[in-house]
Amino acid sequence: MNELLEILSDLHPEVDFTTEKGLVTGGILDSFDIVSLISEINEEFDVTISAAELTPENFDSAETIYALIKTKLDDED
Amino acid sequence: MKKFISIILAVSIAISGLVLATKLLEPKYMSGILEGAMIEEYYDDPTDHNVVFIGDCELYENISPVYLWENFGINSYIRGSAQQLIWQSYYLAEDTLKREHPDVIVFNVLSMKYNEPQNEAYNRMSIDGMKWSLSKVNNIKTSMTEEEHFIDYVFPLLRYHSRWSDLNSEDFKYIFHRDKVSFNGYYMRVDVKPAEDVPEGKPLADYQFGDNAYTYLDKLTKLCKDNDVKLVLVKAPTLYPYWYDQWDKQIEDYAKANDLTYINFLNLQDEMGLDWSKDTYDGGLHLNLAGAEKMSEVFGEILSTDFAVPDRRGEESLEKYWDGVKTRYNTEIDRQNTNLKLYGTVHAPEEN
Amino acid sequence: MLFTSYAFLSFLLVVFIVYYLLPGRAQWSYLLLASYAFYYMCDPRYLIFIAITTVSTFFAAKVISDKKVAFDAWFKEHKKEYEKEERKALKSKEQSAEKKIFLACLLFNLGILAVTKYTNFTIANINSIISAFGSPSGISFVDLIIPMGISFYTFQSMGYLIDVYNGKFEAQKNLFKFALFVSFFPQLVQGPISRYADLSQTLFEEHRFNWRTVSFGLERILWGFFKKLVIADRILVAVKAIIASPDTYNGFYAFAGAMFYALELYADFTGGIDITIGVAETMGIKVTENFRRPYFSKNIKEYWNRWHITMGTWFTDYIFYPISASQFMMKLSKKSRVRLGNNLGKRVPVYLSSFIVWFTTGIWHGASWNFIVWGLGNFVVIMISQELEPFYRWFHSKVKVEGTFGWKLFRVVRTVLIMSSLRMFDCYRNVPLTFKMFGSIFSQSSLSQLNAEAFIGMGITGYDYAVVFVGMLVLVAVSLIQRSGSVRGKIAAKAAPVRFIIWYGLFMATVVFGAYGIGYSASQFIYNQF
Repeated sequence: MNELLEILSDLHPEVDFTTEKGLVTGGILDSFDIVSLISEINEEFDVTISAAELTPENFDSAETIYALIKTKLDDED
Repeated sequence: MKKFISIILAVSIAISGLVLATKLLEPKYMSGILEGAMIEEYYDDPTDHNVVFIGDCELYENISPVYLWENFGINSYIRGSAQQLIWQSYYLAEDTLKREHPDVIVFNVLSMKYNEPQNEAYNRMSIDGMKWSLSKVNNIKTSMTEEEHFIDYVFPLLRYHSRWSDLNSEDFKYIFHRDKVSFNGYYMRVDVKPAEDVPEGKPLADYQFGDNAYTYLDKLTKLCKDNDVKLVLVKAPTLYPYWYDQWDKQIEDYAKANDLTYINFLNLQDEMGLDWSKDTYDGGLHLNLAGAEKMSEVFGEILSTDFAVPDRRGEESLEKYWDGVKTRYNTEIDRQNTNLKLYGTVHAPEEN
Repeated sequence: MLFTSYAFLSFLLVVFIVYYLLPGRAQWSYLLLASYAFYYMCDPRYLIFIAITTVSTFFAAKVISDKKVAFDAWFKEHKKEYEKEERKALKSKEQSAEKKIFLACLLFNLGILAVTKYTNFTIANINSIISAFGSPSGISFVDLIIPMGISFYTFQSMGYLIDVYNGKFEAQKNLFKFALFVSFFPQLVQGPISRYADLSQTLFEEHRFNWRTVSFGLERILWGFFKKLVIADRILVAVKAIIASPDTYNGFYAFAGAMFYALELYADFTGGIDITIGVAETMGIKVTENFRRPYFSKNIKEYWNRWHITMGTWFTDYIFYPISASQFMMKLSKKSRVRLGNNLGKRVPVYLSSFIVWFTTGIWHGASWNFIVWGLGNFVVIMISQELEPFYRWFHSKVKVEGTFGWKLFRVVRTVLIMSSLRMFDCYRNVPLTFKMFGSIFSQSSLSQLNAEAFIGMGITGYDYAVVFVGMLVLVAVSLIQRSGSVRGKIAAKAAPVRFIIWYGLFMATVVFGAYGIGYSASQFIYNQF
C-alpha cells in the first residue's frame, strides 16, 4: 500500500491519497495520470492491468486501486 | 378551478401574442407593391357582379371597372394579382362562384404559358389574401414551389417572421385594417412611358402549352359551364410579353372546340385607337389609365351587346357604392397627376 | 431529415402522441419502428448499412457472451481438477476463441465505416503520390453513399461489442432491443455516442406520461431550437462569407471568422444535442450529456473532457487505454525509461498513445488532411501544456495569481482562442491555406479592417449581429446559472407567471428571430456526416 501511495503522490503531490475517494469521478486523475499509474504499477508490482480494468470504480481511491493490484497478484498464483 | 382559469388565461395570452405578431409582421402592401393587397379587398365589397375578370396584370392594369360602370352600367370586379397562374385563376373562380353568380367570367390567356409553380413571392401575393376554403387549400397545394411549405400559409408568421428588421410605421398603422388600393381590382397608373423598339419574340423550342395549364383551363371551362356562367377568353393588347401566333392558334382552337368566345385584343388595337406613345406607362407591358379606358370602351361595348350584360345604372345601392369608388378614383388621378408634376413620378417621395 | 425541418417536427409529434397511447410493453418496439421509419425517410439505402452492423454485432456479442457464461460456469465446476498451468492454458484458449469472433466483427464493421467514408480520401492520396512520380493518370473516384450517422452508430455498436468482450455485462438477448439501441432516432443524426450500460437502463422500460419529464423535455428541445435557429444559423452566413473569400477576409477578419465559428459551432452542436436529449426526455429516456460548458475550461485537456464528452470518453476507453495498457506499450515504457531516464521515459508511451488517439480522432471527424492536422494540433497543444506543467508550478509559486478572477478569465479566454485557432482547419479549403490565414491574423490585421460596413457586407445586417450578440449573452447567462444546477429545475421552482414569461418569451424569440424559412437556407447540422 505504501508503495502505491508513493507512486500516487509523485503524480499529484497536492492530493491526500489516504482519504480521497473520488480520484476519477472527482477529476483528480485524468487519462494521462491513469496510464502513467498503470505503467508505474507494472514496474513496481509486476502486474499487468488491462484496458478493461481502467474503470472509475477501480481507480477512484487508493484503496480500490490497491484492491485491484491484490486480486491481480492473487490471480498470479 | 383556479388552475383551470390560469391555463385558459395562459393559452389565450399565448395565442393573442402569436396573432398580434402575425398581424404586425405580415406585409401590408399599402405602398410600393400594392398588388399584394388586391385579392383580399374583394371580400369587403358587395358581390352580385355581372362580370368578373380573373387573371394577371394584363387584366388588372388594362381594364377599368369604373369606366365600365360609368359608360355601360356594367357592375364588374377584377380578381387580379401579379403573375397569377392559371390554377390560381381557377381556384379564385371557384372561390368567387361560392359567393356570387356573375353572367360572365373573363380570363386572360397569357398565363397559359406557365405550366409549373413559378415564384414564392407572387404565390404569396395571389394566395395570402384569399379567405380560407377548400379552394384556397388546393390553390396552395398546386402553387407551392419546392422551397415552400403548406404550414407557412396556415401560420404566416413562419413565413414573415424575418420582417422584424424591416418593420416601419406602415406596419403599425395597418396592423388591424387596410386601405383600399384598387378600384374594383383595377390598378391605376396615369404616367406615360412610350413603347419604343418592342422586341420580337425569340423563337421558342416548343410552343405547345403545358398539360397542367390545359388541365386547369379545362377545369375552368367546366366550372363555368356547370355554373351556367359564360367564360370569355381574352388576350390583352399589350405588346410584351410577346404573344406568339402559335399560342394564339392553340387558344383559338380551344375556344372553338369548347364553344367559347376568344377575343385577342392585339387585333383590335386600331379599333381601340391605342397609341403606344401615350397609352402605356412602362413601354408596352401595361396600359396606363388612358389606355385602360380605351380598352374598357371597346370591351364594354362587346360585353353589353354580344353578352347582353345589363346596364344597372339607377340601382340605388349600386349607384351609392360606385359613387364611393369614383370619388376614390378621381382623387387618385389627381394625386398621381400632382405627384407627376411635382416629382416627375406618380409616387410621392415618402412611398419610396 | 434536419432537426429544424417541418418534416422532423411533424414526425416527432406523431411519434410522441402514439408513444403515450400505446401500452407500455409496446413502447420500445414502437420506437424501433419509428427509428427505422426515420432512417427510411432520410434515405432507404441507409437501412441496409445499419441493419448489417446491428445484426453482425448482435450475434458476435451474443456468441462471445454465451461462450463466456458457459466457460465460466464450467470452469467454476471443474477448476479443481486442473493444475495452475493447465488452468491458465484453458483460460487463454477460451480467450483466444472469443478474441477471434470479436476481432472479426470489429474489423468487419470498422471496415464498412472505412470503405464508405475513406475510400475517396485514400484514392485522392494515392493519386497525388502517383502524380508526384510524374504519371498523369490516377484512379477515378467512386460514388459511395455515406449513411447518415454511420460514425456514431458504428462507434456505439463497437463500444457495446468491446464491453461484452471484456465481460462488463452480458450481451442483449433480444435482437430487436439491440437494434433499437443502435438506431434510436434522436441520436442517429449527430450522436451522442451512448453507452449500452447507460442507455439500456431507460430505453426498454415502460414510460407513463409524466408532465414534469415531458415539459422538461420540451423546454430542452425549445432551447436547442433557440441556439440553432437564432444564433448558429444566423451567424453561419458571416462565417461562410469569410471562409469563402480568404483573399478579401484576411487578418482581423480571419480572426473574427474563427470567433464567429466558435460561436456557431457551439450553438449548432450543443443545440442539436439539446434537441436529441430533449426528444428522448419527452419519452422518458435518458441520453447522456455531451457537453458541460466547454468554453469555461481552464485548459485544452479539460476542454476535451467537457466538449463532445461521449466521443472523448469513447476514444479514451476504447482506443487510448487499450493502446497505452498494451504489452507493447508496457515494454516500450520500460525501455524508454532505461534510455531516456525515468522522468521523460515514462511519458513516451503516453504521448505515443495520445498521438494515435488524436490522429484517429482527426480522421474520424472527416476524411481530409485538414482534420488530421486539426487532431494532431490538439495533440501538440496538450503535449506542450503537459510539458509546461513544471513551469506553471514554478510560476504560481512566484506569482500569486492562482484562484483570482483575472487568472480564471485568462484561462477561459486562452482555451477559447486556442480551440478557435485549431478549428480554422475545419473552415478553410486545405492545410496550407489554413496556416496562411492563421498567419495573416498576425501579419495582416489592421485597424482599417475594423469597420462596420465590411461586416455588413458579409451578407448579414446590423440587426442580425445584434440578435446574435443578445443571443450570445443569453447563452453565457444560462451557462453561468447552470453552474449551480439545472436551469430548468430552477425555472420550475418559480411562480407560474414567471415560468410562462420565460418559456413563452423563448418560444417567441425563436419563432420571430430564428433564421429559418424562405430566405434562409437551412444549414445541415455540422456533425451530420460523421
